[in-house]
Amino acid sequence: MTIIDETPAQPVQGGAVLSFTDLEIKFNTEFGRVHAVKGITLEVNPGEVLALVGESGSGKSVTSTSALGLLPRNATVNGAISVAGKSVDSMSDRSLRKMRGDDVAMVFQEPMTALNPVLTVRTQMIEALELHGKAYGKDAEARAVELLTMVGIPDPERRIKQYPHEFSGGQRQRIVIAMALSCDPTVIIADEPTTALDVTVQAEILDLLRSLKDELNTGILLITHSMGVVADMADRVAVMYKGDLVEQGSAQEVLTRPQHEYTKRLLEAVPKLGSRGETAPVVQEEGPKALEVHDLVVEYHRQGKEPFRAVDGVSLSVKRGEIVGLVGESGSGKSTIARCALGLIPAASGEVAILGEDITQMSRKPLKELRRRIGVVFQDPASSLNPRLPVGDCIAEPMDVHSIGDSKSRREKVAELLDAVELPRSVANRYPHELSGGQRQRVSIARALSLDPEFLVADEPTSALDVSVQASVLKMFTHLQEQYNFGCLFVSHDLAVIDMLADHVVVLKDGKVVEQGARHKVLADPQEEYTKRLLMAAPVPDPAEQRARREQRYAFMKEIGEEDHGLHIEHDDSARGNGPNQPFNSSGLGGLAGGH
Amino acid sequence: MSEERRDSAMQGSPEPLPHAGVEIDEPKFADKSYSQGQLVRRRFFRHKGALAGLAVLILITLLAFTSIGIGPLPGWWDKDFTTTGSVINGGRPTMGWFYLGEHPFGQDTTGRDYFAMVMRGTQISLVIAFTVGILSTIIGTLIGAIAGYYRGWTESLLMRVTDLFIIIPLLVFAAVLGQIAGGAGIFALAVALAFVTWTGLARLVRGEVLSLREREFVSAAQAIGTGSWRIIMRHILPNTIGVIIVATTFAIASAILLETSLSFLGFGVQPPDISLGSLISDYQTAFTSRPWLFWFPGLFILAIALSVNFIGDGLRDAFDPRQGKDG
Repeated sequence: MTIIDETPAQPVQGGAVLSFTDLEIKFNTEFGRVHAVKGITLEVNPGEVLALVGESGSGKSVTSTSALGLLPRNATVNGAISVAGKSVDSMSDRSLRKMRGDDVAMVFQEPMTALNPVLTVRTQMIEALELHGKAYGKDAEARAVELLTMVGIPDPERRIKQYPHEFSGGQRQRIVIAMALSCDPTVIIADEPTTALDVTVQAEILDLLRSLKDELNTGILLITHSMGVVADMADRVAVMYKGDLVEQGSAQEVLTRPQHEYTKRLLEAVPKLGSRGETAPVVQEEGPKALEVHDLVVEYHRQGKEPFRAVDGVSLSVKRGEIVGLVGESGSGKSTIARCALGLIPAASGEVAILGEDITQMSRKPLKELRRRIGVVFQDPASSLNPRLPVGDCIAEPMDVHSIGDSKSRREKVAELLDAVELPRSVANRYPHELSGGQRQRVSIARALSLDPEFLVADEPTSALDVSVQASVLKMFTHLQEQYNFGCLFVSHDLAVIDMLADHVVVLKDGKVVEQGARHKVLADPQEEYTKRLLMAAPVPDPAEQRARREQRYAFMKEIGEEDHGLHIEHDDSARGNGPNQPFNSSGLGGLAGGH
Repeated sequence: MSEERRDSAMQGSPEPLPHAGVEIDEPKFADKSYSQGQLVRRRFFRHKGALAGLAVLILITLLAFTSIGIGPLPGWWDKDFTTTGSVINGGRPTMGWFYLGEHPFGQDTTGRDYFAMVMRGTQISLVIAFTVGILSTIIGTLIGAIAGYYRGWTESLLMRVTDLFIIIPLLVFAAVLGQIAGGAGIFALAVALAFVTWTGLARLVRGEVLSLREREFVSAAQAIGTGSWRIIMRHILPNTIGVIIVATTFAIASAILLETSLSFLGFGVQPPDISLGSLISDYQTAFTSRPWLFWFPGLFILAIALSVNFIGDGLRDAFDPRQGKDG
């Protein structure tokens, strides 16, 4: 069972479960031909995790979809792809369908959309089993319950009848993994399986995936852009850059001694926790603080139900010239606080004072006046710029709204701002869709700075960007902050980013402040259990160090009484998990999905 | 190629445009940047059906307006649609393969030149169709945008009014209004028709605005203190232009048919004015004896409605290339 092809350039090991040989993929588009993958050779062995790393547009997802024969019709594929010894390119539609699921299964990035919201989990799991002829009727249901038990869903007999929205994000990803396992595939392709999840949940899902390869000897092709995930999971790493494979080797080798220029750059760009030493606290001489939030409560009204309290009694302050990092997982209320500080959503109670003025009791005119002194940068570069306005107009819009200057002075200011965010001046005439994500975020920052704000709110400005882009945007941001000296509320879920930027850190959980203080204090010596958990769950891009951290995290979890997140199989079972599998810890203790 | 980010599912309609991070190594158009308008135009002009539709529509419009002229301006056709005369050869069309003859489309019972009458009918139908299309688009867009942006009681009120207009049978409503307005000329009729046909677009635009107002560029605009009206006009509506233009073309096509039906029923254009619908209505009994009196206006209705629909199709594909098969 080796590659059925005439190009055995490299000696193929005994039983690669998934292999690409001289794979080349081109897309015919409206704008010409896109050479997405330029002849790469890769293989995944049983029980091995191969991580495919690269930035967006490097061709890693295209490579993996080609293994399933799911490329769009405008793609042309050259080279050989084989799954479990069978050549994919010569397969008929029928055998392709059989191969998907039987031999190769996919775990997608977005657990929210990978499950059908109108069908129960039971229906979806049974469908997968019946389609592939694994089990029917009652047997299928029993098998489905067994699979859910394996991936650690508590009380599976009852919960299998529920709909996907009744599960948390982490649990949904577990269900997706259970479905992927349902036909005993020889290889699993996991396309950014944890990108949409919080760090603590990410750590749990990675634990689960790791146990898959150990217990079931499944080969895993892991596609990711996070070097921390690579260090945590991978045996071997392949780095893709613009459709080419630039480097391949063991995880230890590639991550600690990168050979290729690009890999080196990629690794350097990864923000590292604790890389910045102690810094002097910002002292504000006089005058009102940039932002003062006191005992803030924000509620979302729901029809026919109690209002949902998204922010519950939060107090924090931002001095002028200080960057305050607001950290928390999804649902912790960090974006709500940011939006409330901008006056975009009303506060149920409490005070929000910007530059000394309480915006909760302001009428329209002075509020507009105040907004002239505030800037904002949002998370998603694709949606934060109006697609119908050229970049120059986007940046000049705040000046236009507040009738500052004439068109000539605005143009000059735009040019000046474009210089400041390190973009060429010619960009002013381009449209947002012609720019890359990083460039768009620079434009957002330029727009936020166009009125020389005294206070800036940045809501996850870099989390949708590639690491190397993120690094340069953050560097520029720090530089600009020093230059313009604005106070900044910086919202992020990434502790390492906060560590790089902030002077002061506020950790949020479920709408409440868990811990706050000077950055080096909170991040280097956390007092609260939640902060510790967050810090431990963040993976670092060094396999050896990550392994040590993992052990440390396991020990910590044991200490606080949380259960194991690996695959729940009795070890004396036959190799592939048949028979009645019981969870070895069915007490259901601890939040399986990090308490969300 | 590029990874879908976690919030992409929440966006209304992210622009399906070339990803700037992807290199196109065999570009067809090197070093050129396109605005969205240019992209849409390019896609539209590659849609063969739409181009054919556009060509037919332009031809028909030119033919209708140049042949018998508009108002005081004379056209190149020497007869008009009111003068009666002797019926030659039973009023049969004289048009052959390569010549027009005296009465290319024949004559009616009183000896009027039928070509001139059809041209006049086409003029009126086109004027009504475009007036209705544009007016109902303006009404629908404003109502939809205001309802979608302000939400709350404004939305409830406007959308219930919309529902009210929807539940009244369109043809009956239009007939009553048309009867009242019909005497006051074709523009009054067009306004009356526009007044009953804006509902679909209002709902469509409201839906678009509901998703656009949650986009971050709108929040960003609010955060810098932009007024509501300016946000609607400058930030939201330009992004719904695709939906609006497509809906307008289809509204034009259906307005032609609505006017035709009304005139056929006798509630639309009143004599002595002529529309394609009233021509068919007047000569429906002649179908067996003088079929050309039925065929020619019918053919023109068909050609106009079809070509406008084709243009609408082409525009929709141009604004939303993801629907196309070949990208």
